Amino acid sequence: MSEVQIVENMVDITIDGVVCKAKEGEYVLNAARANDIFIPAICYLTRCSPTLACRICLVEVDGKQVYACNSKVKEGMNITVDTPDILAERRAMMEVYDVNHPLQCGVCDQSGECELQNYTLELQVDSQSYSIPDTKRETTNWSSVLHYDPGLCIVCERCTTICKDMIGDAAITTAKRGGEALDKSWKDNMPKDAYAMWNKLQKSVIAPSNGTGSTDCSDCGECISVCPVGALVSRDFVYTSNAWDLKRIPAVSAHSSDGFAIYYETKPAAIEDRREKIFRVTNEWNFVSLDGAARFGYDFENQDVSKDETAFKAAVEAMNKAETIRFNSVITNEEALMLQTLKEKKGLKLYNPEVRPFQNFLKLYNEASGASLYNGTTDTALKCNFVVSVGGALRNDSPGMKYAFNNIQKMNKGAGLYFHPVADKLIPTFGKTVETFTHKAGLEEATLYLLLELFADADKLPSDVKDYLAELGRDNLINMLGGDADAFNKNFEKMMKKKDSFVLMVGEDYYGHAKAENLAKLIVLLEETAGFQVVMNPPKANALGVALICDLDDEATGYTVGYNENGDFRLSALGDAKGDSNVLDMPAMNQQEGTFTTLSKRVVPTNVALEYNGYVLNDLMAELMDAPRETIEWTPHLPTDKGYQAMAFDDMLNTFDNAGRDNRGYLLNVTYDEVELPKVDKFDEADGLDGDIVYRCNPPRQFSDFSDKAHQIFEPFGLYASEDRAKELGEKAEILFKNGKITVDVIVDAKMEGDIVALSDFKSAQNVYELFGASRYQKVTIRKA
Amino acid sequence: MSLEQFKNRNVGTQNYVKLDLDHSPTTGWCQFKQVVKRTFKPELFVGLGVTFREMVNALFRGKMHTTQYPFEKLPISPRYRAIHDMLRLLESGNYRCIGCGLCEKICISDCISMETKYDENQRKEVSEYTINFGRCIFCGYCAEVCPELAIVHGGRYENASEQRASFSLFEDMLTPIDQLNLQQEYAGFGAISPNADENVKSTPLAY
Repeated sequence: MSEVQIVENMVDITIDGVVCKAKEGEYVLNAARANDIFIPAICYLTRCSPTLACRICLVEVDGKQVYACNSKVKEGMNITVDTPDILAERRAMMEVYDVNHPLQCGVCDQSGECELQNYTLELQVDSQSYSIPDTKRETTNWSSVLHYDPGLCIVCERCTTICKDMIGDAAITTAKRGGEALDKSWKDNMPKDAYAMWNKLQKSVIAPSNGTGSTDCSDCGECISVCPVGALVSRDFVYTSNAWDLKRIPAVSAHSSDGFAIYYETKPAAIEDRREKIFRVTNEWNFVSLDGAARFGYDFENQDVSKDETAFKAAVEAMNKAETIRFNSVITNEEALMLQTLKEKKGLKLYNPEVRPFQNFLKLYNEASGASLYNGTTDTALKCNFVVSVGGALRNDSPGMKYAFNNIQKMNKGAGLYFHPVADKLIPTFGKTVETFTHKAGLEEATLYLLLELFADADKLPSDVKDYLAELGRDNLINMLGGDADAFNKNFEKMMKKKDSFVLMVGEDYYGHAKAENLAKLIVLLEETAGFQVVMNPPKANALGVALICDLDDEATGYTVGYNENGDFRLSALGDAKGDSNVLDMPAMNQQEGTFTTLSKRVVPTNVALEYNGYVLNDLMAELMDAPRETIEWTPHLPTDKGYQAMAFDDMLNTFDNAGRDNRGYLLNVTYDEVELPKVDKFDEADGLDGDIVYRCNPPRQFSDFSDKAHQIFEPFGLYASEDRAKELGEKAEILFKNGKITVDVIVDAKMEGDIVALSDFKSAQNVYELFGASRYQKVTIRKA
Repeated sequence: MSLEQFKNRNVGTQNYVKLDLDHSPTTGWCQFKQVVKRTFKPELFVGLGVTFREMVNALFRGKMHTTQYPFEKLPISPRYRAIHDMLRLLESGNYRCIGCGLCEKICISDCISMETKYDENQRKEVSEYTINFGRCIFCGYCAEVCPELAIVHGGRYENASEQRASFSLFEDMLTPIDQLNLQQEYAGFGAISPNADENVKSTPLAY
């Protein structure tokens, strides 16, 4: 087990007479940006494939005109950004973009953050030489969050590119505009590239790719953030605020474990209501892509809280009386450290059913591999060209991993394998070299054995494993996991061509698995014998931080204080404390500062976006024992033996540099000890579950009570099922677990297939974790209700 | 992005700059000397002379300058900056304001606030608009920046009222619809220059 090494050959190139270092094989545009040299470009997105829609990045390389976004850096290249010819081309292109563009900049939501406006001024366009009759284009709403004004659209295709190359939904595409054809005489009378660009622009608009008027996608809103003009805006934000009125607060998304870097953008809510309100969430879209929860699930603040002394006294009393604190993963590292301190000093139990299995699994993995933590991150995963996802519902659990899985297919000419008991219609669309296996729940060990069979270096495998694999047989394993051996073998040969870097994404199913120990060992074996790097998906929000900082217990006993969870006394940021003497208000994630530990093992700072005047956990700590004045004074005391550094909160950066390097906070230190290869156990095919099976899994965009509280997250709590299964179940279903039952609405998820149904767990009041126990799959009886 | 603003957690400890003024007289004798010095200067009698001359002119030579305000009001310069007016479009009678928010942004005393929304005609609608006249310094930037000549300074300089807020509603500043024919084009700050037509470059149109 060792650190992931990324080897990059650096070459020298000359841009406008300046000698720069650049990564070999990188696009000229990115190399220039990394060296702080400006080349104009509209349609290009870092991390996505060049579309050549705008053609503005035209530069001269060794005397030849090329596009900076799609020509790769070579040793000794000599690049000139501006020549008289190129400037004439660029000016003509900007004039063309300005033809018939509505002069409504005064009301446009882009409000000055407009790339069309910027480049028009940059290239000093002060007169117009071209004209064509305009076409009427109607404003439409594509979904519950997307608003598209084709009149403003310049068809740069950034939205379609990010949707296809990064998000993977490919929900929008270019469509016919029905505009007037260009007069042929223009061809001879204007620069060549400008004509070609205009010809395409005049024919196209953007439309949902399924042919209807509405998009069938995960509503992540990334298309909105990449739009250079005001054509794509969220429905909630249309005409409500100018960009310049909004204060940007760098923060971290509080929902998925990806720890996406976001900006909360706030201003006073209204003339009569001067309280700050979050109007939207934006991101550095060149370097980080958000999911729908991060972008739209922002208004979960605990508003109008004042210091309620009686509740505080009751809370202190409850904390003194408590035997257990129950909490979840929506908590900062600092708060987790406070709880851990309580455990150490007062002997309280810490109960967290969300994170407990993950913490166990990390421990098992640590014992088997000698590494203190898995070695991959999303950044290193993005550089691989073969990706395998096991044990996670990629579309629901981990948006960042889904994006990486898809991006590897699109950008690295990669291939992918997806193993999961719940078939997903979206994953196979990521690429032709993606194979999906829909196996029985319980056969997770078999998937890892198949991976060993497919990828492991036979010389490195222990002889007993080699014998066992021979006994099992590759074709038999493939068929056992629901694949078609003949077809798969043929495709697999194609998939393996020119592949040299492999990443294994491990999902939440494995953590609470009955055979978790064997799974962890098999993963280590795969790392050692097949050269896989491993990324694990912490279940939610700050699960990794909690798993590293807190020493969790298996069960709750006695008097329990729940922090955003059920309990005899509750600390709650959900705004349900009003008038309830058994609840003390706490600040929500957008009202407190602190750090998160992300999936990529990065400790990142988040800042205060909205006012909060009540008590915080640190005040309780001060009452119970010694505590510093500010919550963030706990930051340097995060446990260094777990990889944290003694870095003060205020010393942490919160930026990306021009080359796209994430400079937020710091990376956890991971230590690698030499240990022997683990001894793995055989598996039993009879472990595969049959019958009615319920899977604990949230719909995309839902993670916790907080995402549910946000007014733009519409996915309801319920039982999600494929279309056929939902028809069988009717409108409502009663699910009988071994230790209880629940009656929920049945909701169709058109992208699901098969008979396994998914029960949401994001409402803490429903106590779904208690019904399931550690495992995410349960055999149950489902009845119509 | 700079994070400095998030690091200052001590509200109210800004550095005030103190003015460097002459010392005031400290002893009684110094104060007496200052009073005598300021009182018995020859300028006093020059001033009294001017007053006496004007009194004679007004009373005996028929040269009275006093305006009988409030019965009589002097015309005010178009460039005078008094309480704002909100103008309407002459053709349709709609208000001219498009809700761009430039006046709100440029206002140096931060006294303009507005709320906008997406209306049923898919246009930007100004749903609330206020100017806090307790803070307005009548600098005229809002009128100058307005791209539609929608907010201008009017001639209402009589600001005595129980509450200055009563001037500030959008409807109060808006030209009454029945007096649209009396609406004057504004000639002050930000108005179109007389030779504006000469400066316009024509753009080709395909239809």
